Order: sequence, then structure tokens, then C-alpha cells
Amino acid sequence: MNHTNGVVVEANSLVRRFGPHRAVDGVDLSLHPGESLAVFGPNGAGKTTLLRLLAGLLKPTSGFARIDGVTVPGGALVRRRIGIISHHTLLYDALTARENVEFAARLYRVDDPRSSALSALERMGISERADATVRSLSRGMKQRVSVARAMVHGPSVVLADEPFTGLDASGSRALAGILSELRESGATLIVVTHNLEEGLSVATRVAVMHRGRIVHAAQTGDVDAAAFPAEYRDLVGAV
Amino acid sequence: MTELVHDAWVIAVKDLTIEFRTRSAFLSAVVFALLAIVIFYFAWDPTAVAAGDLAPGVLWVVFTFSGLLGLHRSFGIEHEERAIDGLVASPILRESIFLGKAIANLVFVIAVQAIAIPAIALFYNLDFGAASLPIAGVAILAAIGVVTVGTLFSAMASNTRLAELLLPMLSLPFFVPIVLPAAQATAKLLSGRPAIEAMSWLKLLVAFDLVFVVACTLAYPFTLEE
Repeated sequence: MNHTNGVVVEANSLVRRFGPHRAVDGVDLSLHPGESLAVFGPNGAGKTTLLRLLAGLLKPTSGFARIDGVTVPGGALVRRRIGIISHHTLLYDALTARENVEFAARLYRVDDPRSSALSALERMGISERADATVRSLSRGMKQRVSVARAMVHGPSVVLADEPFTGLDASGSRALAGILSELRESGATLIVVTHNLEEGLSVATRVAVMHRGRIVHAAQTGDVDAAAFPAEYRDLVGAV
Repeated sequence: MTELVHDAWVIAVKDLTIEFRTRSAFLSAVVFALLAIVIFYFAWDPTAVAAGDLAPGVLWVVFTFSGLLGLHRSFGIEHEERAIDGLVASPILRESIFLGKAIANLVFVIAVQAIAIPAIALFYNLDFGAASLPIAGVAILAAIGVVTVGTLFSAMASNTRLAELLLPMLSLPFFVPIVLPAAQATAKLLSGRPAIEAMSWLKLLVAFDLVFVVACTLAYPFTLEE
């Protein structure tokens, strides 16, 4: 690994405009290995745009984002380390669950893509539907496959946008377990959500976004919903 | 280079698997091609225009418009669940996304041609004879050009709300330098002229293919920027 002063994920004065609208407006953050940041905020706060900037899916208007000291999107080495979970599934409806995950494994040059895909699906508790087309799966099952897709190459930086969307209780537990395992193994996580409880279940740090800015950040530790400042609980809808 | 080809192939296989499983675009393109051939056939006055004079025009009109049906689908499947984000974020060269799509589209267009060209021979009572292989060569060269340009514009149009309208409007003017030499070469071959007489048109076709393959592959990454 090529950490810069131990910082794995870094954003510096990150700005992204869409026309006159500043979706992300001067965000600074830095995350070290094993840290997990939950980003809260109401709809339109800029959470998804921030994540897309960090993933290299959007170019910043100004400022920069870096993974491992390399400005994103960076080269293959950096992108191989990132896993993306989105509220869109990133799956192909006409392919089976296994084919979707195996396709991702091939793109990420995973050894033995087929068995890696199957074990990723098993981890998400959906291996019995591995040969079902994604079209035939429920929303929650699709989300499990989507998570398996994101995890098949063993990413060390996970960028998750509303990852719990559509998951039932057991799916949420499986995902929370996987994210916690990843964090304990030294991976860096950023989880964007507007749900306070879900975010706190996997976070070691929290940030609240509003109108493109981080308006509140708690550095580390035992953050819980009760200790969360009331004005920011209003923003994330957890009154 | 090896990685580029490997990744392009992985994407092409994925696209062809999806098309083989749904067959939506292929069946639409084949039905469209056959219907167009039938309509042209009944609109044709054999006493005014010889079959050999009309067939090249019909062939390339049918080829151009039926190809568009598959090209539109090409990037459409990437936007249904934002699968394109998964491709862009993966550690592959963005050019390999384009090449993979273009390979799958090429297979699609050649498969449609494999049905449309014999159908035209049947309807217009054409005997390709010794011209069969050269005509197949022209068809493949034209398919490469059309698919390359069409894949690029499909990528651009798929990001918009007017994708179905924009793709033909953007693509058709760029198809002209491909379809023109292809139609001329086909006419020469069908009229029984020596193949050497079609060479100048074939050279033009190859030149445009090379230009379009290089230019479109290099231009594709810019279509991904929002």
C-alpha cells in the first residue's frame, strides 16, 4: 500500500457544480486505514455527488480527491482497491446473479472468477439464487447481489451509497457484518445514508452534509444517536 | 494492449450473452430488414429499373437502418441500473469499454446482414455467383465503419433523454462516407464488372474504417464525463 501520511482517502477543497448549483461546496476530509465514515444529510445535501467524486465517476470543478495519494480516477492499481455500492444495483437484469458477479470479477482480474463469485454470493446469503436472472429477484435480493458484486475483488476502500436500500433485516445484518469485517481488516469505508441508525451501525466517524458542505463532523469514537446534536438530527430526519 | 483486448472481449461476451438471452434488438432488426425489403419489392417497377441497379441501394438502406436498432440498445442496457458506473469505476481502460461494445455490435450487425443479404438476393432474383465473397467482404468492411461510428454516438446519445431521436440524427451523416463506397462497390460487383473496378471504392472504405476506428476509440472516454 502507498499511503500518504497514513491517509487513504483524502478530499481537499472539493467542489462540484452543476450549472450554477454547487452540489459539493468545498469539502475536506481525510480517512486512515480502518476508519469508517458515515455521511448523513437530507436529500440534495450532496452526499451522492461527494461519493461519485471520490470514486472518480465525476470530475471535480475544483479541488481534488485522492485515494492512496493518487488523484482519482487514477490508474488501474488505485481503482482495483475501490469497491462501490450504489442505490442503483449496477447489475444487468438479463444475466444471472452469478454471471453479474463473475463479470465484475473478470474485470478486476480476480483469480478463479467463477468460484470467487459464488463465494461472494454465499457471503451475502444469496447463493441458492445464483443461477436466477437478476430480473427475477426481489429488490432486496438484487441489493445483496449488488453488494457481492462490489466485494468480489476484496476492496480496501469501500464507497457505499445507501447500501442498506431494499435489504431486509438479515440482509442488513449480513452487510453490516461484512462492512465491520472489512473495517477491522484495515479497509477504509465511506457510507452515505440518510438513515442515522444504519449509518451509525458501521461508523467510527460521522459527518453531516447540508447544501454541499460538511456542517458537522465527529472525529472518532462512540457516536450514538442519542449523543448526536439535535440540530443535525433534524437534518437527517431522525428527530 | 493484451489487457485492452481481454477486457474488450469480456465486455463483448457479456453484451452478446444479454442479446442472445433477450433477442429483443436482433428480432426487431431482422423483422425491420425483411419488412423493408418486402416494401421496396412491391414499390419496384421492374420494367423501369433493373434489379441489379436497385438492389445495392435497397441493401444499404436496409443495412443502415436495421443496424441502428441494435446500436441504440448497446448503451441502453448500461443505463437501466447504472451498470456503466461499475464499468467506469473498474480498473479497465475506458477504450476497452468502447471496443467491447463495438465488437458485440459488429457481431449483431453481421448476423442481421447474414439474413438480409440472402433475402435481397431471393426477392430480386439476384445471382451473386462469383461476387459472393467480395460482397461479403464489402459488407464486413461497411459493418466495421457503421458500428464504430454508431457505437460512439450511441454512447453519447444514451446520456440524454432524446436518445432514440439523437442517435440516427447524429449517426446518419457520418454513415455516408461508409455507405457510399459500399453501395458503389456492391453495384459494380453485382453488375458483373471485374472486382478490380471496385477496388478504388474498397480502398476508400478501408481508409474511412481506419479513421473512424481510431478516432472513435480515442473520443469515447470523453463521452463518459458529466
